Amino acid sequence: MTDLIDLSLSDARDGLQNKTFSAADLTQAHLDAISRAGMLNAFVTETPELALEMATRSDRKIAGGEAGPLEGLPLGIKDLFCTKGTMTTASSHILDGFVPAYESTVTANLWRDGAVMMGKLNCDEFAMGSSNETSFYGPVINPWRRASDGAQLVPGGSSGGSAAAVAARLCVGATATDTGGSIRQPGALTGIVGLKPTYGRCSRWGIVAFASSLDQAGPLTRTVRDAAIMLRSMAGHDPKDTTSLDLPVPDYEAALTGDVRGMRIGIPEEYRLDGMPEEIDALWQRGIEWLKAAGAEISDISLPHTHHALPAYYIVAPAEASSNLARYDGVRYGLRVPGDDIIEMYENTRASGFGAEVKRRVLIGTYVLSAGYYDAYYIKAQKVRTLIKRDFEQAFADVDLILTPTTPNAAFAPGEITDPVTMYLNDIFTVTVNMAGLPGISVPAGLSGEGLPLGLQLIGKAFDEETLFRGAGVLEQAAEFNAAPERWWE
Amino acid sequence: MSVDQATVRHIARLARIKVSDDEAQKLEAELSAILAWVEQLDGVDTDGVEPMTSVVEVEMKMRQDEVTDGGVPDDVVGNAPKRDNHFFLVPKVVE
Repeated sequence: MTDLIDLSLSDARDGLQNKTFSAADLTQAHLDAISRAGMLNAFVTETPELALEMATRSDRKIAGGEAGPLEGLPLGIKDLFCTKGTMTTASSHILDGFVPAYESTVTANLWRDGAVMMGKLNCDEFAMGSSNETSFYGPVINPWRRASDGAQLVPGGSSGGSAAAVAARLCVGATATDTGGSIRQPGALTGIVGLKPTYGRCSRWGIVAFASSLDQAGPLTRTVRDAAIMLRSMAGHDPKDTTSLDLPVPDYEAALTGDVRGMRIGIPEEYRLDGMPEEIDALWQRGIEWLKAAGAEISDISLPHTHHALPAYYIVAPAEASSNLARYDGVRYGLRVPGDDIIEMYENTRASGFGAEVKRRVLIGTYVLSAGYYDAYYIKAQKVRTLIKRDFEQAFADVDLILTPTTPNAAFAPGEITDPVTMYLNDIFTVTVNMAGLPGISVPAGLSGEGLPLGLQLIGKAFDEETLFRGAGVLEQAAEFNAAPERWWE
Repeated sequence: MSVDQATVRHIARLARIKVSDDEAQKLEAELSAILAWVEQLDGVDTDGVEPMTSVVEVEMKMRQDEVTDGGVPDDVVGNAPKRDNHFFLVPKVVE
């Protein structure tokens, strides 16, 4: 029998249903893997006792013929999702010791369907970052290393712990969130599948808020099928989130027909950047050839406002963050640093509770929302956002999906990028999708010259994750990406 | 537009974040660089364009105006760093 931790989510599900192994065995195998992978720093909180308790309950349900769709499957949870009775920190010092008295809707849906919680996964502080270096709990290490010098690399961010844990086989899947690329970029940099659904597909209730008009939860898994299975459980209307979509959740797995004949795929010329590494461009070209060979129709399209998406994002997201993060005041939860009066208590608490990147974004957000600048920055950015969305609407009149690279580069070393704006450019291909509220998926598609994974991104129409999954499944099949990192950390 | 140290201190005050002299100096450069970069949007023609208010086309949902949750004061104050029974404690604000 293959090692239980090498099974994909769907294979593990089938094995449990066929009683080839027990949920307790599957969970224990992953707990053992976690205990050997401490140096990856993927977890903020491990919950082995809870996991074994949940797995035992799953075994009883499987025996009784009452298994849910995710029964007995070990999942990791990004530490941005509130979990009742388990510390939730958003990887920030300011949420020190915060133990929610409630469960986020997305995680509640997973437990309802039988999933097993392995623990809470490291991420950039308040999901602000593209390398997982801003976490109060320290950086996450990418399971993949550079071939030439064996250098340790970042896993991407902000869902770096989720991506590393799934790539290193510490869990079969993980929840993540994506505000500007935080699921798809780490997915690409660790060689796994990352899906950001349509805005509103998953409830945001109980997820620590970053930028409310952009935040969306989604899965990180090792296969497209696994993402389809996980999304079906995560998604759904929630009366507690007015922006959650009141639409039926389709059986996404059924959408994986493997047939893209006649599907129209758009290639946006604006994503061809000056100075983009040759291997990224070559990968994109291979993706085009794969889809063409599978019977899809390829056409060039134009998304003329693409280059404005990132600067507009860095107005909208910090503005919303500065408002959302106003709640951390040292009164109701988390850290409190004393001061002579209440204002000084607030200022001391927030000065020592927030890290440098969070402070930068809160200050930028405060500035662009302050009197006299609101129209020049915030309203201007929201107008540009309308133009970006219009670009996509016009393109989608003629195509069903859009194919792009996921990132402009492979994984880099910690400390290699220190300039904030250079770091922001890592999200250049993913951020447009959040600005327009669309679904997007990153599929591992090849290796760089340094032996590092690279991803291709498909972008779909709003509400149409089914077509997205169908295209992604064909891309995955054609890419035959079956490389896995060596377990050097064990 | 670039920001000076006085502006950094002003917005830090608005954001209720204490900044040291060293931090203010560093932030002056960093925030100015970010603002200079986002100002490329000035070149985008947005005449007659509506600012986005909702990213997906959905009907505003209404709900009954009724209490659906509550009665859990222990939960509400359970995480407070300082509390007295069911009250949050803060430094004195009224003389």
